[in-house]
Amino acid sequence: MLPYLLAAWLFLVGLYGVTTSRNFIHLVMCLSVVQSSTYVLILALGYRVNATAPISKDVPLGTRAVDPVAQSLVLTDIVVGVVVTALLLSLALQIHKRTGTLRPDDLHVMEG
Amino acid sequence: MTRRTRLIVFAVGAIGVGAALIWGTAGAPPFGHYRGPYGDVFNRRAVPERHATNVINAITFDYRGIDTVGEEFILFAAVMGVTVLLRRQRDEATPRRGDGDRPPWRPSDAVRIAALTLLAPAVLLGLYIVAHGTLTPGGGFQGGMILGAAPLLVFLAGRTLLHPRRDPMGPLEFGEGLGAGGFVAIGMVGLIATGAFLENVWPLGRIGSIFSGGMLPFINVAVGLEVGAGLVIALYEFREQTLLRGRG
Amino acid sequence: MIVLEAVVMGLVAFLGLAVVRTHDPLRQVVVLSLFGIGLAALFLFLQAPDVALSEVTVGLAYPVLVLLTLAKIRERER
Repeated sequence: MLPYLLAAWLFLVGLYGVTTSRNFIHLVMCLSVVQSSTYVLILALGYRVNATAPISKDVPLGTRAVDPVAQSLVLTDIVVGVVVTALLLSLALQIHKRTGTLRPDDLHVMEG
Repeated sequence: MTRRTRLIVFAVGAIGVGAALIWGTAGAPPFGHYRGPYGDVFNRRAVPERHATNVINAITFDYRGIDTVGEEFILFAAVMGVTVLLRRQRDEATPRRGDGDRPPWRPSDAVRIAALTLLAPAVLLGLYIVAHGTLTPGGGFQGGMILGAAPLLVFLAGRTLLHPRRDPMGPLEFGEGLGAGGFVAIGMVGLIATGAFLENVWPLGRIGSIFSGGMLPFINVAVGLEVGAGLVIALYEFREQTLLRGRG
Repeated sequence: MIVLEAVVMGLVAFLGLAVVRTHDPLRQVVVLSLFGIGLAALFLFLQAPDVALSEVTVGLAYPVLVLLTLAKIRERER
């Protein structure tokens, strides 16, 4: 039960950071906290007590192992997440160039 | 909407999301007692079928390879987005070419020594993790990011790899395209041979040697090349931004 | 080792809150790197060395991107 609570806590805390942020760079980093909550949830769903990692080098075939599919999903997810963060940061940079501000509250008007 | 309204809406939404999460995870198997048959099937059959001891690598690039092709192209598109967004605007210019290619600060001796000492081990570690992806934890994605950190170390030390006047974007973009295209090309070999994309039709090799797993080592190399080149391109675009000066 | 796992999870929860409550982006980068290390330790406890390796290598590129963005913004504001 405990990692599921941790995942829910991280998700809500990160979402609180995103909604009440006053700076775009701060917002992007809170978004990465939200992403990490999904990693914890997926890995916790695949965990098995007293089991080992699913690498069978020098280990007899048939030992208890945790779920490898969950780890495969999370592993590519982490790397792709960082590159998408680079994209978001370049968006923030362009916003600062055009409007001179980094506060999300000042950008509610779309001008032609 | 004002901040207060936003906070109230968030509080209501958070209570709803929290309740849904707790209710959802209460229906999952209790923590530590993973039941599902899917993971056990892979653990049992990955080594005899593919001769690869890193089951996760075999799943990522072979059994569920089509998902990884999609994720790799997300990466490719994100790097392309960074390049497009940070292109030079009409009202910006680089400073005079004399001092524009050195970072505008002078790194301290400790940073320079540390960065240059760590450069060779970083490249070696990255190549090792990419090459042994099918045997031990690692693979194309992790090794590619470590390889992409090597030019970063060079930049931190205040030097450039190539001559400062030469634009490194040509070889970098070629490397990234080669990595992404190489993955699809290896999948096409499977398509032509048996009619299924990314089918493993290459010789499997002995369990525990480097060339085991059929096409897996080659896919690891292709993905490592693509991730490394993509990371260096993104970092290079960001660094170029810090050297531009706005005009007016 | 259930106590150790509970301690690591508590640490990750605390660091997650700290990331959100740090408003200055320059300090938040440091706290985010600590959060990444705590997360990698948690992944090791969940028997996932591949994922922990991935998180550690990503924690290398992430602060650099943010710091370069901050450098550019700070230079424009001068």
